[in-house]
Amino acid sequence: MRFKGMRVAVTGGTSGLGLALVRELHRRGARVAFVARGRERVARLAADLPGAHGIVGDVAAKDDVYPIALQILGELGGLDLLINNASDLGPDRLRLLADTECEEFERALAANLLGPFRLTKAVLGALAASAREGRGALVVNVSSDAAVTAYPEWGAYGASKAALRHLSAIWDAELQPEGVRFLSPDPGDMDTPLHAQAVPDADRAALKRPETSALELLDQIGAAMPVPEGAQRRPS
Amino acid sequence: MIAATEPAQRPRDARLLVLDGRGRVRHATRSDLVDYLHAGDLVVANDAATLPASLRGTHQPTGAAIEVRLASRRSLLPSDVTEFAAIVFGGGDFHTPTEKRPLPPPLAAGDRLLLGPLRAVVTAVLGHPRLVVIAFDGRPDEIWEGVARHGRPIQYAHMHAPLALWDVWTAVAGPPVAFEPPSAGFALDWQVLAAMRRRGIEFATITHAAGISSTGDDALDARLPFDEPYNIPVATALAIDHARAEHRRIVAIGTTVVRALEHAGANGRSIRPGPGIATGRITPATMLHVVDAIVSGVHEPTTSHYQLLGAFANGETLRLADEAMNAAGYRTHEFGDSVLVERALPVPLRKMPIESLRSEDLRT
Repeated sequence: MRFKGMRVAVTGGTSGLGLALVRELHRRGARVAFVARGRERVARLAADLPGAHGIVGDVAAKDDVYPIALQILGELGGLDLLINNASDLGPDRLRLLADTECEEFERALAANLLGPFRLTKAVLGALAASAREGRGALVVNVSSDAAVTAYPEWGAYGASKAALRHLSAIWDAELQPEGVRFLSPDPGDMDTPLHAQAVPDADRAALKRPETSALELLDQIGAAMPVPEGAQRRPS
Repeated sequence: MIAATEPAQRPRDARLLVLDGRGRVRHATRSDLVDYLHAGDLVVANDAATLPASLRGTHQPTGAAIEVRLASRRSLLPSDVTEFAAIVFGGGDFHTPTEKRPLPPPLAAGDRLLLGPLRAVVTAVLGHPRLVVIAFDGRPDEIWEGVARHGRPIQYAHMHAPLALWDVWTAVAGPPVAFEPPSAGFALDWQVLAAMRRRGIEFATITHAAGISSTGDDALDARLPFDEPYNIPVATALAIDHARAEHRRIVAIGTTVVRALEHAGANGRSIRPGPGIATGRITPATMLHVVDAIVSGVHEPTTSHYQLLGAFANGETLRLADEAMNAAGYRTHEFGDSVLVERALPVPLRKMPIESLRSEDLRT
Protein backbone atom coordinates (compact mmCIF):
# COMPACT_ATOMS: atom_id res chain seq x y z
CA MET A 1 0.00 0.00 0.00
CA ARG A 2 2.71 2.33 1.09
CA PHE A 3 4.38 2.62 -2.32
CA LYS A 4 1.26 2.78 -4.46
CA GLY A 5 1.28 5.98 -6.51
CA MET A 6 4.61 7.11 -5.02
CA ARG A 7 6.72 8.99 -7.56
CA VAL A 8 10.17 7.42 -7.53
CA ALA A 9 13.37 7.88 -9.52
CA VAL A 10 16.18 5.30 -9.42
CA THR A 11 19.58 5.87 -10.99
CA GLY A 12 21.58 2.91 -12.21
CA GLY A 13 18.23 1.23 -12.64
CA THR A 14 19.02 -1.49 -15.17
CA SER A 15 21.45 -3.67 -13.20
CA GLY A 16 22.23 -4.96 -9.73
CA LEU A 17 20.47 -3.35 -6.79
CA GLY A 18 18.92 -0.61 -8.96
CA LEU A 19 17.22 -3.15 -11.20
CA ALA A 20 15.90 -5.09 -8.20
CA LEU A 21 14.54 -1.85 -6.71
CA VAL A 22 12.89 -0.78 -9.96
CA ARG A 23 11.18 -4.15 -10.39
CA GLU A 24 9.96 -4.29 -6.79
CA LEU A 25 8.75 -0.67 -6.74
CA HIS A 26 6.92 -1.24 -10.01
CA ARG A 27 5.36 -4.39 -8.60
CA ARG A 28 4.13 -2.43 -5.58
CA GLY A 29 2.41 0.17 -7.74
CA ALA A 30 4.90 3.04 -7.52
CA ARG A 31 5.29 5.38 -10.48
CA VAL A 32 8.88 4.71 -11.42
CA ALA A 33 11.39 6.54 -13.58
CA PHE A 34 14.75 4.80 -13.91
CA VAL A 35 17.98 6.14 -15.32
CA ALA A 36 20.86 4.27 -16.94
CA ARG A 37 23.49 4.84 -19.59
CA GLY A 38 22.72 2.03 -22.02
CA ARG A 39 19.87 2.85 -24.40
CA GLU A 40 19.14 -0.76 -25.28
CA ARG A 41 18.93 -1.96 -21.69
CA VAL A 42 16.74 1.01 -20.78
CA ALA A 43 14.37 0.30 -23.67
CA ARG A 44 14.22 -3.41 -22.84
CA LEU A 45 13.38 -2.82 -19.18
CA ALA A 46 10.82 -0.11 -20.01
CA ALA A 47 9.11 -2.54 -22.38
CA ASP A 48 9.13 -5.16 -19.64
CA LEU A 49 7.53 -2.85 -17.03
CA PRO A 50 4.46 -1.15 -18.49
CA GLY A 51 4.04 2.37 -17.14
CA ALA A 52 7.66 2.71 -15.98
CA HIS A 53 9.68 5.51 -17.55
CA GLY A 54 13.14 4.68 -18.89
CA ILE A 55 15.59 7.58 -19.12
CA VAL A 56 18.93 7.35 -20.90
CA GLY A 57 21.67 9.41 -19.29
CA ASP A 58 24.89 9.41 -17.30
CA VAL A 59 24.54 10.95 -13.84
CA ALA A 60 28.33 11.34 -13.73
CA ALA A 61 28.21 13.75 -16.70
CA LYS A 62 27.39 17.31 -15.63
CA ASP A 63 25.58 18.13 -18.87
CA ASP A 64 23.34 15.09 -18.56
CA VAL A 65 21.99 15.91 -15.12
CA TYR A 66 19.44 18.61 -15.97
CA PRO A 67 18.07 16.73 -18.98
CA ILE A 68 17.70 13.71 -16.67
CA ALA A 69 15.98 15.82 -14.00
CA LEU A 70 13.73 17.38 -16.64
CA GLN A 71 12.58 13.96 -17.82
CA ILE A 72 12.06 12.62 -14.29
CA LEU A 73 9.98 15.62 -13.21
CA GLY A 74 8.23 15.94 -16.56
CA GLU A 75 7.23 12.30 -16.82
CA LEU A 76 6.24 11.86 -13.17
CA GLY A 77 4.88 15.39 -12.65
CA GLY A 78 6.83 15.63 -9.37
CA LEU A 79 8.97 13.47 -7.11
CA ASP A 80 8.61 11.86 -3.68
CA LEU A 81 11.62 9.55 -3.57
CA LEU A 82 15.01 9.77 -5.27
CA ILE A 83 17.32 6.77 -5.05
CA ASN A 84 20.87 7.66 -6.03
CA ASN A 85 22.08 4.15 -6.70
CA ALA A 86 24.35 4.42 -9.74
CA SER A 87 27.94 3.81 -8.66
CA ASP A 88 31.35 3.58 -10.26
CA LEU A 89 34.35 1.71 -8.88
CA GLY A 90 36.74 4.32 -10.31
CA PRO A 91 39.58 2.16 -11.69
CA ASP A 92 38.47 -0.79 -13.81
CA ARG A 93 39.42 -3.18 -11.02
CA LEU A 94 40.57 -2.96 -7.40
CA ARG A 95 43.76 -0.99 -7.13
CA LEU A 96 45.98 0.47 -4.43
CA LEU A 97 45.35 4.18 -4.06
CA ALA A 98 48.97 4.89 -5.00
CA ASP A 99 48.39 3.08 -8.30
CA THR A 100 45.06 4.81 -8.96
CA GLU A 101 45.10 7.38 -11.75
CA CYS A 102 43.66 10.80 -10.88
CA GLU A 103 41.18 10.40 -13.74
CA GLU A 104 39.97 7.12 -12.24
CA PHE A 105 39.45 8.76 -8.86
CA GLU A 106 37.63 11.63 -10.57
CA ARG A 107 35.35 9.10 -12.26
CA ALA A 108 34.38 7.62 -8.89
CA LEU A 109 33.76 11.08 -7.45
CA ALA A 110 31.70 12.15 -10.47
CA ALA A 111 29.43 9.11 -10.32
CA ASN A 112 29.25 8.51 -6.57
CA LEU A 113 29.38 12.02 -5.14
CA LEU A 114 28.93 14.89 -7.61
CA GLY A 115 26.23 13.13 -9.64
CA PRO A 116 24.00 12.52 -6.61
CA PHE A 117 24.67 16.09 -5.40
CA ARG A 118 23.75 17.61 -8.76
CA LEU A 119 20.67 15.48 -9.31
CA THR A 120 19.42 16.07 -5.76
CA LYS A 121 19.88 19.81 -6.17
CA ALA A 122 18.01 19.79 -9.49
CA VAL A 123 14.98 17.96 -8.04
CA LEU A 124 15.05 19.50 -4.57
CA GLY A 125 12.25 21.96 -5.36
CA ALA A 126 10.00 19.06 -6.34
CA LEU A 127 10.93 17.08 -3.23
CA ALA A 128 10.24 20.03 -0.93
CA ALA A 129 6.86 20.59 -2.65
CA SER A 130 6.04 16.94 -2.06
CA ALA A 131 6.91 17.33 1.63
CA ARG A 132 4.68 20.42 1.92
CA GLU A 133 1.83 18.47 0.36
CA GLY A 134 2.18 15.76 3.01
CA ARG A 135 3.40 13.10 0.57
CA GLY A 136 6.83 12.89 2.20
CA ALA A 137 10.16 13.41 0.50
CA LEU A 138 13.19 11.20 0.77
CA VAL A 139 16.58 10.88 -0.89
CA VAL A 140 18.38 7.55 -0.57
CA ASN A 141 22.08 7.70 -1.32
CA VAL A 142 23.15 4.09 -1.55
CA SER A 143 26.25 3.63 0.56
CA SER A 144 28.64 0.79 1.32
CA ASP A 145 30.62 -0.58 4.25
CA ALA A 146 33.60 0.79 2.30
CA ALA A 147 32.28 4.25 3.29
CA VAL A 148 33.11 3.47 6.91
CA THR A 149 35.90 0.88 6.87
CA ALA A 150 39.25 1.53 5.17
CA TYR A 151 39.54 -1.48 2.85
CA PRO A 152 42.85 -1.55 0.98
CA GLU A 153 42.42 -1.37 -2.82
CA TRP A 154 38.93 0.16 -2.51
CA GLY A 155 40.34 3.67 -2.15
CA ALA A 156 38.59 5.65 -4.89
CA TYR A 157 35.27 3.93 -4.27
CA GLY A 158 35.55 4.01 -0.48
CA ALA A 159 36.57 7.67 -0.31
CA SER A 160 33.75 8.71 -2.65
CA LYS A 161 31.18 6.68 -0.70
CA ALA A 162 32.44 8.10 2.60
CA ALA A 163 31.98 11.58 1.21
CA LEU A 164 28.49 10.67 -0.05
CA ARG A 165 27.58 9.40 3.40
CA HIS A 166 28.70 12.64 5.00
CA LEU A 167 26.94 14.65 2.30
CA SER A 168 23.71 12.80 3.12
CA ALA A 169 24.09 13.59 6.81
CA ILE A 170 24.59 17.29 6.10
CA TRP A 171 21.69 17.45 3.62
CA ASP A 172 19.54 15.73 6.24
CA ALA A 173 20.47 18.22 8.96
CA GLU A 174 19.93 21.20 6.68
CA LEU A 175 16.71 20.09 5.03
CA GLN A 176 14.87 18.62 7.98
CA PRO A 177 12.85 21.84 8.40
CA GLU A 178 11.78 21.53 4.74
CA GLY A 179 10.63 17.98 5.40
CA VAL A 180 13.12 16.42 2.98
CA ARG A 181 14.91 13.47 4.60
CA PHE A 182 18.06 11.61 3.60
CA LEU A 183 19.15 8.01 4.15
CA SER A 184 22.53 6.52 3.31
CA PRO A 185 22.12 2.80 3.87
CA ASP A 186 24.66 0.03 3.29
CA PRO A 187 22.93 -2.69 1.28
CA GLY A 188 25.68 -5.25 2.01
CA ASP A 189 28.02 -7.22 -0.29
CA MET A 190 25.81 -8.11 -3.20
CA ASP A 191 26.19 -10.23 -6.28
CA THR A 192 26.16 -7.33 -8.74
CA PRO A 193 28.08 -6.32 -11.87
CA LEU A 194 30.05 -3.79 -9.81
CA HIS A 195 31.10 -6.45 -7.32
CA ALA A 196 32.07 -8.82 -10.13
CA GLN A 197 34.19 -6.06 -11.61
CA ALA A 198 35.92 -5.46 -8.27
CA VAL A 199 36.32 -9.09 -7.19
CA PRO A 200 36.04 -11.27 -10.30
CA ASP A 201 36.84 -14.52 -8.46
CA ALA A 202 34.48 -13.94 -5.52
CA ASP A 203 32.34 -16.82 -4.29
CA ARG A 204 29.02 -15.60 -5.64
CA ALA A 205 27.05 -17.98 -3.46
CA ALA A 206 28.39 -16.16 -0.39
CA LEU A 207 27.13 -12.80 -1.68
CA LYS A 208 23.72 -11.31 -0.98
CA ARG A 209 21.19 -11.33 -3.77
CA PRO A 210 20.34 -7.73 -4.80
CA GLU A 211 16.65 -8.67 -4.59
CA THR A 212 17.11 -9.37 -0.87
CA SER A 213 18.83 -6.03 -0.32
CA ALA A 214 16.09 -4.28 -2.30
CA LEU A 215 13.39 -5.66 0.02
CA GLU A 216 15.36 -4.60 3.11
CA LEU A 217 15.92 -1.16 1.64
CA LEU A 218 12.23 -0.70 0.84
CA ASP A 219 11.39 -1.57 4.46
CA GLN A 220 13.72 1.21 5.59
CA ILE A 221 12.28 3.61 3.03
CA GLY A 222 8.71 2.73 3.93
CA ALA A 223 9.44 3.47 7.59
CA ALA A 224 10.83 6.89 6.65
CA MET A 225 7.89 7.95 4.47
CA PRO A 226 4.51 9.04 5.80
CA VAL A 227 1.65 6.60 5.46
CA PRO A 228 -0.53 7.81 2.60
CA GLU A 229 -3.91 9.19 3.55
CA GLY A 230 -6.61 6.58 3.55
CA ALA A 231 -4.08 3.81 4.21
CA GLN A 232 -3.69 4.60 7.92
CA ARG A 233 -4.44 1.72 10.17
CA ARG A 234 -6.96 2.73 12.78
CA PRO A 235 -6.68 1.31 16.27
CA SER A 236 -9.48 -1.19 16.77
CA MET B 1 16.96 51.48 -16.73
CA ILE B 2 19.46 49.06 -18.13
CA ALA B 3 19.14 45.42 -19.12
CA ALA B 4 20.74 42.78 -16.90
CA THR B 5 22.95 40.79 -19.27
CA GLU B 6 24.45 38.12 -16.98
CA PRO B 7 22.49 35.04 -15.92
CA ALA B 8 23.21 35.39 -12.18
CA GLN B 9 20.03 34.61 -10.24
CA ARG B 10 21.12 36.27 -7.03
CA PRO B 11 23.87 38.82 -7.67
CA ARG B 12 25.07 40.22 -4.34
CA ASP B 13 24.18 43.74 -5.38
CA ALA B 14 20.65 42.96 -6.58
CA ARG B 15 18.28 45.70 -5.49
CA LEU B 16 14.73 45.79 -4.28
CA LEU B 17 12.45 48.78 -4.64
CA VAL B 18 9.78 48.65 -1.97
CA LEU B 19 6.56 50.46 -2.80
CA ASP B 20 4.30 50.37 0.23
CA GLY B 21 0.54 50.63 0.48
CA ARG B 22 0.76 54.38 1.00
CA GLY B 23 2.72 54.91 -2.16
CA ARG B 24 6.04 55.46 -0.41
CA VAL B 25 9.22 54.30 -2.09
CA ARG B 26 12.27 52.79 -0.39
CA HIS B 27 15.43 51.40 -1.91
CA ALA B 28 16.62 48.14 -0.39
CA THR B 29 19.01 45.28 -1.04
CA ARG B 30 17.13 42.28 -2.38
CA SER B 31 18.92 39.87 -0.05
CA ASP B 32 17.13 41.75 2.75
CA LEU B 33 13.72 40.90 1.25
CA VAL B 34 12.73 39.09 4.45
CA ASP B 35 13.05 42.38 6.37
CA TYR B 36 10.20 43.80 4.29
CA LEU B 37 7.85 40.90 4.98
CA HIS B 38 5.81 40.54 8.16
CA ALA B 39 5.45 37.66 10.60
CA GLY B 40 2.29 35.85 9.55
CA ASP B 41 2.67 36.66 5.87
CA LEU B 42 2.04 33.75 3.51
CA VAL B 43 4.53 33.90 0.65
CA VAL B 44 3.42 32.00 -2.44
CA ALA B 45 5.84 31.17 -5.26
CA ASN B 46 5.48 29.45 -8.62
CA ASP B 47 7.49 26.20 -8.51
CA ALA B 48 7.36 25.56 -12.26
CA ALA B 49 10.70 24.54 -13.69
CA THR B 50 11.43 25.95 -17.12
CA LEU B 51 11.28 23.88 -20.28
CA PRO B 52 14.01 24.22 -22.86
CA ALA B 53 11.23 25.50 -25.11
CA SER B 54 13.31 26.80 -28.02
CA LEU B 55 13.66 24.14 -30.70
CA ARG B 56 15.79 24.74 -33.78
CA GLY B 57 15.11 22.87 -36.94
CA THR B 58 13.80 22.84 -40.46
CA HIS B 59 10.46 23.48 -42.14
CA GLN B 60 10.39 20.36 -44.27
CA PRO B 61 8.33 21.60 -47.27
CA THR B 62 10.79 24.45 -47.98
CA GLY B 63 13.92 23.27 -46.21
CA ALA B 64 14.07 26.66 -44.47
CA ALA B 65 15.71 27.00 -41.08
CA ILE B 66 13.26 27.83 -38.28
CA GLU B 67 13.16 28.29 -34.54
CA VAL B 68 10.05 27.03 -32.81
CA ARG B 69 9.30 28.49 -29.38
CA LEU B 70 6.78 26.41 -27.49
CA ALA B 71 4.38 28.87 -25.93
CA SER B 72 1.32 27.22 -24.44
CA ARG B 73 -0.37 23.93 -23.76
CA ARG B 74 -3.75 22.73 -22.64
CA SER B 75 -2.92 21.20 -19.26
CA LEU B 76 -0.04 20.35 -16.95
CA LEU B 77 -0.58 16.59 -17.23
CA PRO B 78 2.75 14.77 -17.74
CA SER B 79 1.29 12.80 -20.65
CA ASP B 80 -0.32 15.82 -22.34
CA VAL B 81 2.74 16.88 -24.32
CA THR B 82 1.73 16.15 -27.89
CA GLU B 83 0.10 19.46 -28.75
CA PHE B 84 1.52 22.94 -28.14
CA ALA B 85 0.81 26.42 -29.36
CA ALA B 86 4.10 27.79 -30.66
CA ILE B 87 5.70 30.93 -32.04
CA VAL B 88 7.83 30.30 -35.12
CA PHE B 89 10.75 32.43 -36.27
CA GLY B 90 12.73 32.20 -39.49
CA GLY B 91 16.49 31.69 -39.49
CA GLY B 92 18.90 33.17 -36.96
CA ASP B 93 18.95 32.84 -33.22
CA PHE B 94 18.50 34.74 -29.98
CA HIS B 95 21.39 37.08 -30.75
CA THR B 96 19.07 38.90 -33.16
CA PRO B 97 16.40 40.93 -31.32
CA THR B 98 13.03 39.22 -31.76
CA GLU B 99 11.55 42.26 -33.52
CA LYS B 100 14.23 41.88 -36.21
CA ARG B 101 13.82 38.14 -36.68
CA PRO B 102 12.55 37.13 -40.12
CA LEU B 103 9.17 35.49 -40.52
CA PRO B 104 9.18 31.74 -41.03
CA PRO B 105 8.23 30.48 -44.48
CA PRO B 106 4.44 30.61 -44.92
CA LEU B 107 3.12 27.86 -42.64
CA ALA B 108 0.09 25.71 -43.37
CA ALA B 109 -1.69 22.90 -41.59
CA GLY B 110 -0.04 19.63 -42.50
CA ASP B 111 3.50 21.05 -42.81
CA ARG B 112 6.13 18.76 -41.28
CA LEU B 113 8.76 20.23 -38.97
CA LEU B 114 12.10 18.53 -38.23
CA LEU B 115 13.33 19.66 -34.83
CA GLY B 116 16.48 17.74 -33.95
CA PRO B 117 15.32 14.30 -32.82
CA LEU B 118 11.72 15.55 -32.71
CA ARG B 119 9.20 15.40 -35.54
CA ALA B 120 6.09 17.55 -35.55
CA VAL B 121 3.29 18.64 -37.81
CA VAL B 122 1.55 22.00 -37.98
CA THR B 123 -2.11 21.37 -37.15
CA ALA B 124 -3.38 24.95 -37.27
CA VAL B 125 -2.25 28.49 -38.01
CA LEU B 126 -3.82 30.89 -35.53
CA GLY B 127 -4.42 34.07 -37.49
CA HIS B 128 -0.77 35.17 -37.55
CA PRO B 129 2.13 33.90 -39.71
CA ARG B 130 4.18 33.16 -36.56
CA LEU B 131 1.51 31.56 -34.37
CA VAL B 132 0.68 27.90 -34.89
CA VAL B 133 -0.43 24.76 -33.13
CA ILE B 134 1.94 21.84 -33.59
CA ALA B 135 1.63 18.16 -32.71
CA PHE B 136 4.70 16.05 -31.97
CA ASP B 137 5.09 12.50 -33.22
CA GLY B 138 5.79 9.77 -30.71
CA ARG B 139 4.93 8.72 -27.19
CA PRO B 140 5.08 11.25 -24.33
CA ASP B 141 8.37 9.85 -22.99
CA GLU B 142 9.93 10.20 -26.45
CA ILE B 143 8.75 13.82 -26.63
CA TRP B 144 10.13 14.55 -23.16
CA GLU B 145 13.47 13.05 -24.17
CA GLY B 146 13.58 15.00 -27.42
CA VAL B 147 12.82 18.29 -25.67
CA ALA B 148 15.32 17.53 -22.88
CA ARG B 149 18.12 16.74 -25.33
CA HIS B 150 17.47 19.19 -28.13
CA GLY B 151 15.67 22.14 -26.55
CA ARG B 152 17.37 25.29 -25.26
CA PRO B 153 15.91 27.84 -22.87
CA ILE B 154 14.10 30.64 -24.71
CA GLN B 155 16.25 33.73 -24.52
CA TYR B 156 16.53 37.25 -25.83
CA ALA B 157 19.25 39.37 -27.34
CA HIS B 158 20.01 41.27 -24.11
CA MET B 159 21.54 38.07 -22.71
CA HIS B 160 24.75 37.45 -24.64
CA ALA B 161 25.80 33.91 -23.72
CA PRO B 162 23.55 30.89 -24.29
CA LEU B 163 21.50 30.03 -21.22
CA ALA B 164 21.64 26.58 -19.64
CA LEU B 165 18.77 24.96 -17.77
CA TRP B 166 20.50 25.58 -14.45
CA ASP B 167 20.50 29.29 -15.24
CA VAL B 168 16.73 29.38 -15.59
CA TRP B 169 15.47 26.90 -12.98
CA THR B 170 14.66 28.62 -9.70
CA ALA B 171 15.82 27.05 -6.43
CA VAL B 172 12.30 25.76 -5.80
CA ALA B 173 11.75 24.51 -9.38
CA GLY B 174 9.70 21.32 -9.63
CA PRO B 175 7.44 20.30 -12.54
CA PRO B 176 8.98 21.51 -15.84
CA VAL B 177 5.98 23.30 -17.28
CA ALA B 178 7.02 26.95 -17.70
CA PHE B 179 8.00 28.24 -21.14
CA GLU B 180 10.05 31.05 -19.64
CA PRO B 181 11.34 31.18 -16.08
CA PRO B 182 9.05 32.47 -13.33
CA SER B 183 11.98 34.76 -12.67
CA ALA B 184 10.67 36.64 -9.64
CA GLY B 185 11.52 33.37 -7.89
CA PHE B 186 15.22 33.96 -8.55
CA ALA B 187 15.08 36.09 -5.39
CA LEU B 188 14.49 32.94 -3.33
CA ASP B 189 17.06 30.44 -2.22
CA TRP B 190 17.04 27.93 0.64
CA GLN B 191 18.70 30.45 2.95
CA VAL B 192 15.88 32.94 2.33
CA LEU B 193 13.27 30.23 2.92
CA ALA B 194 14.97 29.30 6.21
CA ALA B 195 15.08 32.96 7.27
CA MET B 196 11.38 33.29 6.47
CA ARG B 197 10.58 30.27 8.59
CA ARG B 198 12.57 31.68 11.53
CA ARG B 199 10.49 34.86 11.37
CA GLY B 200 7.15 33.14 11.26
CA ILE B 201 6.57 33.76 7.56
CA GLU B 202 4.79 30.89 5.86
CA PHE B 203 5.76 29.55 2.43
CA ALA B 204 3.69 27.70 -0.16
CA THR B 205 3.87 27.02 -3.88
CA ILE B 206 1.63 26.70 -6.86
CA THR B 207 2.63 25.44 -10.31
CA HIS B 208 1.85 27.78 -13.20
CA ALA B 209 2.95 27.35 -16.81
CA ALA B 210 4.51 30.79 -17.20
CA GLY B 211 4.30 31.70 -20.87
CA ILE B 212 6.55 33.65 -23.17
CA SER B 213 7.03 37.31 -22.37
CA SER B 214 7.62 38.76 -25.80
CA THR B 215 7.44 37.79 -29.45
CA GLY B 216 8.87 40.95 -30.97
CA ASP B 217 5.62 41.45 -32.88
CA ASP B 218 3.17 44.06 -31.60
CA ALA B 219 0.09 42.26 -32.84
CA LEU B 220 1.15 39.03 -31.17
CA ASP B 221 2.40 40.70 -28.00
CA ALA B 222 -1.05 42.26 -27.64
CA ARG B 223 -2.38 38.70 -27.30
CA LEU B 224 -0.03 37.90 -24.38
CA PRO B 225 -0.23 36.35 -21.91
CA PHE B 226 -1.86 33.31 -23.48
CA ASP B 227 -4.15 31.15 -21.37
CA GLU B 228 -1.91 29.42 -18.84
CA PRO B 229 -2.72 26.17 -17.03
CA TYR B 230 -1.88 26.04 -13.36
CA ASN B 231 -2.24 23.72 -10.39
CA ILE B 232 -2.87 24.68 -6.78
CA PRO B 233 -2.00 21.97 -4.25
CA VAL B 234 -4.57 21.33 -1.54
CA ALA B 235 -2.03 22.33 1.13
CA THR B 236 -1.52 25.69 -0.57
CA ALA B 237 -5.24 26.36 -0.98
CA LEU B 238 -5.78 25.61 2.72
CA ALA B 239 -2.87 27.79 3.77
CA ILE B 240 -4.28 30.69 1.74
CA ASP B 241 -7.76 30.28 3.17
CA HIS B 242 -6.37 30.21 6.72
CA ALA B 243 -4.24 33.27 6.13
CA ARG B 244 -7.16 35.20 4.66
CA ALA B 245 -9.46 34.19 7.52
CA GLU B 246 -6.87 35.56 9.94
CA HIS B 247 -6.31 38.73 7.88
CA ARG B 248 -2.71 37.81 7.22
CA ARG B 249 -1.14 38.99 3.97
CA ILE B 250 -0.70 36.88 0.85
CA VAL B 251 2.56 37.83 -0.87
CA ALA B 252 2.90 36.59 -4.44
CA ILE B 253 6.36 35.90 -5.85
CA GLY B 254 5.79 36.88 -9.46
CA THR B 255 2.97 37.82 -11.78
CA THR B 256 2.09 34.20 -12.58
CA VAL B 257 1.16 33.59 -8.95
CA VAL B 258 -1.13 36.62 -9.01
CA ARG B 259 -2.73 35.37 -12.20
CA ALA B 260 -3.35 31.87 -10.84
CA LEU B 261 -4.55 32.91 -7.38
CA GLU B 262 -6.84 35.67 -8.59
CA HIS B 263 -8.31 33.23 -11.12
CA ALA B 264 -8.80 30.49 -8.52
CA GLY B 265 -10.18 32.90 -5.94
CA ALA B 266 -12.16 35.19 -8.24
CA ASN B 267 -14.93 37.22 -6.60
CA GLY B 268 -13.58 36.52 -3.16
CA ARG B 269 -14.55 32.85 -3.04
CA SER B 270 -12.29 30.45 -1.22
CA ILE B 271 -9.36 29.12 -3.27
CA ARG B 272 -10.27 26.11 -5.37
CA PRO B 273 -7.42 23.58 -5.27
CA GLY B 274 -6.42 21.52 -8.29
CA PRO B 275 -5.95 22.35 -11.94
CA GLY B 276 -7.24 25.49 -13.61
CA ILE B 277 -6.52 27.70 -16.60
CA ALA B 278 -5.75 31.36 -15.99
CA THR B 279 -7.39 33.47 -18.65
CA GLY B 280 -7.55 37.17 -19.26
CA ARG B 281 -5.26 39.94 -18.16
CA ILE B 282 -4.82 41.56 -14.80
CA THR B 283 -4.94 45.30 -15.33
CA PRO B 284 -5.34 48.49 -13.29
CA ALA B 285 -9.10 47.84 -13.54
CA THR B 286 -8.81 44.45 -11.85
CA MET B 287 -10.04 44.22 -8.26
CA LEU B 288 -7.63 41.93 -6.38
CA HIS B 289 -9.34 39.46 -4.08
CA VAL B 290 -6.47 37.29 -2.89
CA VAL B 291 -3.03 38.83 -3.22
CA ASP B 292 -1.90 41.69 -0.97
CA ALA B 293 1.63 42.25 -2.24
CA ILE B 294 3.81 41.15 -5.11
CA VAL B 295 7.53 40.65 -5.62
CA SER B 296 8.28 41.10 -9.29
CA GLY B 297 11.06 41.94 -11.68
CA VAL B 298 11.65 45.43 -13.01
CA HIS B 299 9.50 45.71 -16.12
CA GLU B 300 9.22 48.26 -18.90
CA PRO B 301 5.93 50.20 -18.82
CA THR B 302 4.79 48.65 -22.13
CA THR B 303 4.70 45.06 -20.85
CA SER B 304 1.78 43.01 -19.54
CA HIS B 305 3.80 42.44 -16.34
CA TYR B 306 3.86 46.18 -15.73
CA GLN B 307 0.18 46.44 -16.49
CA LEU B 308 -0.46 43.84 -13.80
CA LEU B 309 1.31 46.00 -11.22
CA GLY B 310 -1.39 48.57 -11.91
CA ALA B 311 -3.79 46.37 -9.98
CA PHE B 312 -1.64 46.96 -6.88
CA ALA B 313 -0.76 50.64 -7.18
CA ASN B 314 -2.15 53.56 -9.15
CA GLY B 315 -0.54 54.83 -12.33
CA GLU B 316 0.92 57.94 -10.75
CA THR B 317 2.53 55.95 -7.92
CA LEU B 318 4.02 53.48 -10.39
CA ARG B 319 5.31 56.31 -12.53
CA LEU B 320 7.10 57.83 -9.54
CA ALA B 321 8.53 54.43 -8.63
CA ASP B 322 9.68 54.11 -12.23
CA GLU B 323 11.42 57.46 -12.07
CA ALA B 324 13.12 56.43 -8.85
CA MET B 325 14.36 53.22 -10.46
CA ASN B 326 15.52 55.04 -13.57
CA ALA B 327 17.43 57.56 -11.50
CA ALA B 328 19.05 54.79 -9.48
CA GLY B 329 19.94 52.64 -12.52
CA TYR B 330 17.87 49.58 -11.70
CA ARG B 331 18.38 46.64 -14.03
CA THR B 332 15.48 45.21 -16.00
CA HIS B 333 14.60 41.79 -17.37
CA GLU B 334 14.62 38.34 -15.84
CA PHE B 335 18.04 38.55 -14.19
CA GLY B 336 17.59 42.16 -13.12
CA ASP B 337 16.51 43.85 -9.90
CA SER B 338 13.16 43.45 -8.15
CA VAL B 339 10.24 45.40 -6.80
CA LEU B 340 8.00 44.66 -3.83
CA VAL B 341 4.65 46.34 -4.36
CA GLU B 342 2.08 46.34 -1.59
CA ARG B 343 -1.52 46.76 -2.59
CA ALA B 344 -2.60 50.36 -2.16
CA LEU B 345 -4.55 50.82 1.03
CA PRO B 346 -8.15 51.89 0.59
CA VAL B 347 -8.38 55.60 1.33
CA PRO B 348 -10.16 55.35 4.73
CA LEU B 349 -7.40 53.05 6.01
CA ARG B 350 -4.58 55.40 5.19
CA LYS B 351 -3.39 57.04 8.37
CA MET B 352 -2.16 59.97 6.37
CA PRO B 353 -2.82 61.43 2.94
CA ILE B 354 -0.77 60.12 0.06
CA GLU B 355 2.57 61.78 0.50
CA SER B 356 4.57 63.04 -2.35
CA LEU B 357 7.94 61.34 -2.54
CA ARG B 358 10.44 62.66 -0.08
CA SER B 359 14.00 63.11 -1.15
CA GLU B 360 15.40 60.85 1.63
CA ASP B 361 13.21 58.04 0.34
CA LEU B 362 14.86 58.25 -3.04
CA ARG B 363 18.41 58.05 -1.84
CA THR B 364 20.10 54.81 -2.88
